[in-house]
Amino acid sequence: MIHVLRPGLFSSVQDFGRIGFRNSGVPSSGPMDGIAAMLGNAILNNDQNDAQLEISMIGPKLEFQIKTKIAITGANICPMLNNKPIYNYKVYIVNSGDVLSFGQCKKGVFAYISVFGGFQSEMIMGSRSFFKGITRSTLLKKGDRLLINELTDKSLNTSGSIRQKTDYFSIEDIACMKGPEFDLFDQRQMRNVLTSKHSISKEKNRMGYRLNEQLLPHDKSILTSPVLPGTVQLMPAGNCVVLMRDAQTTGGYPRILQLFEETISALSQKRAGDFIRFQLIN
Amino acid sequence: MANQSPTYKQYGDQAILVQWKQVICEEILSEIRLFHEILTNKNIKQIVDVNFVYSSLLVIYDNFSINYSEMKSKLIDCYENIDFTQKNNYLIYEIPVCYDPVYGIDLDEISAIKKIPVPELIALHSSAEYMIFGCGFLPGFLYLGGLDERLHFPRKKVPRLRVPQGAVAIGGKQTGIYPMESPGGWNIIGNTPIDLFNPNRNPPGLLSAGDKLRFKEINTRDYDLIQKKIKENDFDYKNLEI
Repeated sequence: MIHVLRPGLFSSVQDFGRIGFRNSGVPSSGPMDGIAAMLGNAILNNDQNDAQLEISMIGPKLEFQIKTKIAITGANICPMLNNKPIYNYKVYIVNSGDVLSFGQCKKGVFAYISVFGGFQSEMIMGSRSFFKGITRSTLLKKGDRLLINELTDKSLNTSGSIRQKTDYFSIEDIACMKGPEFDLFDQRQMRNVLTSKHSISKEKNRMGYRLNEQLLPHDKSILTSPVLPGTVQLMPAGNCVVLMRDAQTTGGYPRILQLFEETISALSQKRAGDFIRFQLIN
Repeated sequence: MANQSPTYKQYGDQAILVQWKQVICEEILSEIRLFHEILTNKNIKQIVDVNFVYSSLLVIYDNFSINYSEMKSKLIDCYENIDFTQKNNYLIYEIPVCYDPVYGIDLDEISAIKKIPVPELIALHSSAEYMIFGCGFLPGFLYLGGLDERLHFPRKKVPRLRVPQGAVAIGGKQTGIYPMESPGGWNIIGNTPIDLFNPNRNPPGLLSAGDKLRFKEINTRDYDLIQKKIKENDFDYKNLEI
């Protein structure tokens, strides 16, 4: 078990998603930064789909009650084991009684705590990803107890690290493709949307990131149609919203661009006030 | 031979959007539902998920094992071989709704503004047969078509922070049921004790796109009875099918 002494800001259990239920209005969910999440499980030799704890900005304080091994990947939230600083992208053995905590978020937004064998929280509709109305927990709370497997002697790999360039955190150009309604708009104005810098607003969460600049106000709506994480919607006010992992599955705003899996992950690590530019790939 | 002829568009590097004429049309929905059913039955292993609503169908595929052109060909091939003359296996459900003021909290306001007495509003709402055009916005939230024009009512300027589970509501030209508690700007006219979406049930959603539903007015006593039965796992959902 892991005892949650402090939950952190928006901590949730995520695995690679609730797949196959979009027709019932169920988003796929999963880690905001899929790259960092995948690396965390890889370092520990876990299954790719082993559940992890996604944390953001303010990290949790966790007390481990059994022996395990862990790795932290993604944002640098100054992790500490028993108050001594540890590094991201490195395997650490954790013993019963050890406390994992975090400090200042120095770079990025989302980090992933991977444990040996993954977190064993309830699996609903094929996934452990937290989602309101589906799993009993929506966010980690103080006092929660997280079930994990005990480290067995068979897991010989007790050390390891990788050098990870978190350069993708700093990229400004977000690669994407044309969305289904790209051609609905005057192409000169669309070029303006593509060449301008967009700043990320404070209205950002796992459902979507709202961008500030109102470059192309319009009155075009579409008949409600399916949408995807990574879909860039053009709002009537002229600004863009990028749908993220928990976005609803349908929408009525024009879909002008579609991000790639990797660029959704890169965008997820941007903070309010950061600038991006859309880079159209044909 | 299909009655309609969809277009196929690349939607990102992992999905194809298939679109019919973008109008709300029962006939188009029937064809899409059949297409969805056949795609599901074919169990094409490169397909990750299929999602349709109104006049669009989205196929998400595994782009490690198949590319856009190949996937598109498979879809076209499948669609062109469907026998659209076959009977559509949709179901009609009767969903109990209590319009009593304790549940229909916006009914008085709608009545006052439209100058239509509440019993008449209720009669209009519960006498129609609605087609389910898809699911979205929330898990289990159904998009219903067929709302009488006299019941059209604009969404609230300031959405409520909490709309209760089971709320039956009107937003603009649409009516729908909130399957779980959520913020929402639609006008609440009643509540159903039926749990339309239950993540522990298989399948989790009770009704599907392409099915039809009617609302049946019940009183608060029956509402409580049904709610109790559901809590005790003693409710026969088959009774909802007409």
